[in-house]
Formats: sequence, C-alpha cells, structure tokens
Amino acid sequence: MTDAKVRISNLYKIFGKAPQKVLPLVRDGLSKTDLLEQHNHVLGIQNVSLDIPEKRIQVVMGLSGSGKSTLIRHINRLIEPTAGEILIDGEDVLSMSDSQLQDLRRFKASMVFQKFGLLPHRRIIENVAYGLVVQGKSAAQCDKQARHWIDRVGLSGYEDHYPAQLSGGMQQRVGLARALATDAEILLMDEAFSALDPLIRYDMQSILLELQNELHKTIIFITHDLDEALRLGDNIAILRDGAMVQQGDAQQIVLKPADDYIRDFIKDINRGRVIRLGSLATGQPPEQGAPLSGDTLLEDALTQLVDAPDQRLAVANKEGRLIGAVTLKDALQAMRS
Amino acid sequence: MDFFMEFPSLSRAELASLRRSIDGAFRDFTRSWAETLESFFNPLLRFLVWFENLLLATPWPVILIVIGGLCFAGARSWKITAASVLAFVTIGYFGMWEDTMSTLAIISVATFLCIAIGIPLGIVMARSDRMQAAITPVLDVMQTIPSFVYLIPVVMLLGIGKVPGLIAVCIYAIPPIVRLTNLGIRLVDKDILEAADAFGASPRQKLWGVQVPLALPNIFAGVNQTIMMALAMVVIASMIGVQGLGVPVLRAISNQYLALGVMNGLAIVALAIIFDRVSQTYGKRLQAHRKGHGHD
Repeated sequence: MTDAKVRISNLYKIFGKAPQKVLPLVRDGLSKTDLLEQHNHVLGIQNVSLDIPEKRIQVVMGLSGSGKSTLIRHINRLIEPTAGEILIDGEDVLSMSDSQLQDLRRFKASMVFQKFGLLPHRRIIENVAYGLVVQGKSAAQCDKQARHWIDRVGLSGYEDHYPAQLSGGMQQRVGLARALATDAEILLMDEAFSALDPLIRYDMQSILLELQNELHKTIIFITHDLDEALRLGDNIAILRDGAMVQQGDAQQIVLKPADDYIRDFIKDINRGRVIRLGSLATGQPPEQGAPLSGDTLLEDALTQLVDAPDQRLAVANKEGRLIGAVTLKDALQAMRS
Repeated sequence: MDFFMEFPSLSRAELASLRRSIDGAFRDFTRSWAETLESFFNPLLRFLVWFENLLLATPWPVILIVIGGLCFAGARSWKITAASVLAFVTIGYFGMWEDTMSTLAIISVATFLCIAIGIPLGIVMARSDRMQAAITPVLDVMQTIPSFVYLIPVVMLLGIGKVPGLIAVCIYAIPPIVRLTNLGIRLVDKDILEAADAFGASPRQKLWGVQVPLALPNIFAGVNQTIMMALAMVVIASMIGVQGLGVPVLRAISNQYLALGVMNGLAIVALAIIFDRVSQTYGKRLQAHRKGHGHD
C-alpha cells in the first residue's frame, strides 16, 4: 500500500436526471457545455484522481463552479459520486453501509464550512461539543473537551454566548474548534476562511498552521484564493470545470504552470514568498560567506544577497551539503517573470 | 338546442337514489360503529368534564392567580399579565365567569389535542414529499369546508354533546399547526443540516437536535393560529351542545338580544387577545438567540 490517507480515483459526478446514461458520453470526452446543452446534465467532477498524503495540508483550488466544493463532499459522502472510487486508509468509502458511514463522519473525518454551519439555538460550548454529543460521549467529557478546544482557538470567555453574538471570524473559530474536538484524523475545510475579511483570514490561517504544527492532521482545504493556497498548502491541486488541471507543491505550480489557465492564476502573486532558493541554485558555490538554506524564501534572502560579495551566495540543502549558488540577479529575475 | 341550454345532469330520481344510498350506507356505519367510537372517545369526554368541573369548582381568586402566573411565565411582562387579569375580572363582573371557564376548558383541551396530533403529523409531512402531497389537500378541505357540513356526520355518529363539539373544533383548528410544523422544518437552513450530517448525526439526532428546535418559532406561530381558530369555533360548537360563551351568543342571535351578544362576543375576543399576546411573546422569547446582542 502507498501512504495516501485519502485516495480518490477516476471520480465522476454528473448532476441531472439520468447521470448513468450520459456517463459514457462524458468518458468519451463530451464537454461540460455540450453536456448541458444537449443532455441537460451538469458535469460536476470529471475524472479526478488525487492521492492525499497523511498529516499534510492538501489544498484544492479553483474558481467558483470548478467543482472543488463538490469534490470535498465526496470524501465523507455528503454527495454520492456517479462513478469512481474513494479510499480512506484503504477502506472503500462508497461501499460503506449507513452505520459505517456514520462512524466515518463521527470519528474519522470532521468538517468546517464556508458559512460556518453553527447551530444558532445552542451556546458556543454546545456547538463545539456537538460532534462529541453525536458520538455519544458523556456530558462531563463533552464539556471538558469542548472547553479545551474553545481555549485553543482563543475563545475562552465566550462559552455561554450564542453564535449570532460573535463576529464572523469568531464564529469560524467555533467551527474549527467543533471540527477539532471530535479528534478526527481528517479535517475537511470547505472554503473555511473565504467568508472572512482579509486580515481575519490571515489570522485564521496562522491559527490553522500553528495548530497543524502540533496536531498533524490530514487536512483537505478548499479555496479560491491563490495566496491562501500557497500559504497553507503542502500540496496544491487545481480544478477547472470539474477536471484536475495541475497538482504539485507551491513552487512547482508557480515555476512550471501547466497551462494558460494556471499562468493567469499566478500572474499577480508575490513570487518572492513562494519560490525558495533551492530551486534556483546552480553552478559552483562560492568559497566565502555562510551558505543559506535551500528552504529560504527569495524575499527573505534578498537583503543578504545585496550585502554578499559579488552579490552571490552559496545554497545548502537540508543536510548542509552545498548544492549551488544564487546571484541577486537570478533572484530578482525569478521574482519578476 | 335543448342540450346546450340546460346542463346535462343526472335526473332527479337518480340523484335522490344516490343520496339515499350514501345516507343509508352512513347510517348503517353509524349503527354498527357508534358505540365503539363513543367508548373510544369516552376517556376524552371524562377528562374534558373533569377539567371543566375543576375550573368551575376552584374559587375564582385561585383561578385569577393561576392565570396571572401562567401569563407571566409565558410573556414575562407585567403589562400583559395585569391586562389579562383585569380582563378576567371584568368578564366575571359582568356575570360571564362560568361560561368563560367552560370555554377555557374546551379550548385548552382542543389545543392540547391539536398539538398532540398536529406536530407529529407535521413532522411526518416534512420528512416525505409524498406525505406532504397526500396531506395538504386534506388540510385544504378541512380549512375551507363549511363547518356545518362536517357537523352532520359527527353528530350522526356521536350525537350532541361535548365530544362531537371538541372534534368539530379540532377539525377546524388543526390545519395551521400541521402546516406550520411542516413549513418550519422544511425551512431549516440547509447549511446547518449539512453540518449535522457531516458530523454523523443520525436522523433522530437531526430531527430533535436541529430541525425541531430551529422550527420552533414557526411551530409556535402554528399553535397560536390553532388557538385563535379554536376560539372562532366556540359559537358553532355551542350549536351541538358545548357549554360556554357560545351559548348566550346563540341565544342572542335567535332573540335579537344585542347587549348579550356583544358582551359574550367581547369576552371571546378578550380570551383570544390574551392567548395571542402571551403565546406570541413566549414565541419571541424562544428566538432570543437569533438576535446578536452586539459583540465586541
């Protein structure tokens, strides 16, 4: 077996009256627009395969209508696929019985929603404890764990408030605490921070990264925001019209965009905060000056490059072995194009 | 030409025999089932009689205190409580205390029955489109058919008295609670339901933990409407032997007693307003969580 925590293979989702009937046409390459015009069916997911590694953040990105929210709902089967296979820890999600599926949702995969999905009639502590109550935990245990997670997301003191009394950012912290409280290994985050304003969004990303450093969950994060994707994603998959366009880490996507669609996407991003020295290092490393780590972001290396002799510095890999050199000119060029 | 001038219909004789056979069939049904039905409804009758006697036998100050207490418990407002108690004092002062107690008894029992049957029915309707399609036209008929029409079979089956009166009131008053329960559950935010699904809530956990609590404001509006409609039936129910404020109104109609009619009519209005205000403020209190009290 491979180390994929979640494996999605050849997934198709067609919305409409008789999806199985039009499935062969889609397999033969009928386009989304033609399918809608000629057969009145909507193509949601088109032959998507994705291996999601354990304990990493997998970002799925795309514009609205690209099928990313549909895709994430297949993982815990809130949506039934038309064809394909989904394995979690090697277990076939699609052949699960109702009670097995219930257990998957209760214990293995929890979810955070774009519109929060909090229960408006319950207090914050009851909202955070919701998954635990559904699991059937004792009241004392629910209370204890819920308080712990409310504290972890920085909402202590708000236990007895109602969701409507909190701001959007605070409500999503509740959503995050609720998802973390169930102790599920997999965290599904559907545009979790998209409804928040940019500063709050940045804060929430920081909270998530901080928690992930410690918790090592398998996170599947849906977003339409490239900056968010590049900041959070160990791996990024880009969807368009329900089909996978490219997958790889942030640098691969920025340095080798698969097509014009993705080139368009990455046009405006700050490349200095994505590209790392390691990918630019070439040639003989210079003798003088301490080498920089290959993990250093271009942006962070600039000042040191300016001060360096010949504006050229050695780059070392994780083990400390020199792998080449980077000049200021290389760095600036990589940031510009 | 005759064909176009006169609508082609069954002949008089045919119609008469059709009606006769339906009447006959129902009469046969009545003969064989009336007793069974009567004994089926007997516990209800005994409860109704017991409750009415309880209200009548209790000293009036106690009743006033209980009513004031219930009003305050429901509305949490001194104004509504004081106005309600004052209304009852006025009703009693004008000599309508006993009739009011009888009406209160039948309205309370009818409302209780409607809630006990209506809310489960509404839940069933909300969970299946097929049930909704089947029940909605029945509710339409119940709400629009003239009450006198269903009084006929009810009286044929159960005779004149409290139970047929209660049934007539319930037929008229139950549709709103069924409809609004159904509507309330169907209007529950899909995103919240999806969240419950995503955490693995069972259908029962979803129903009692999410759907019914979030539908409560609508369900409560249904209870309120049901009470109002039950009160509207008081006069008609008194035609088939239900004691209460309807009886003097009926007497006033047949004898053209203006003052008697207006006084008893106003007493019904007073009851309606009290029920309405108390249940509405209670319903509003249930949704207190919907309003943000201002954060930061």
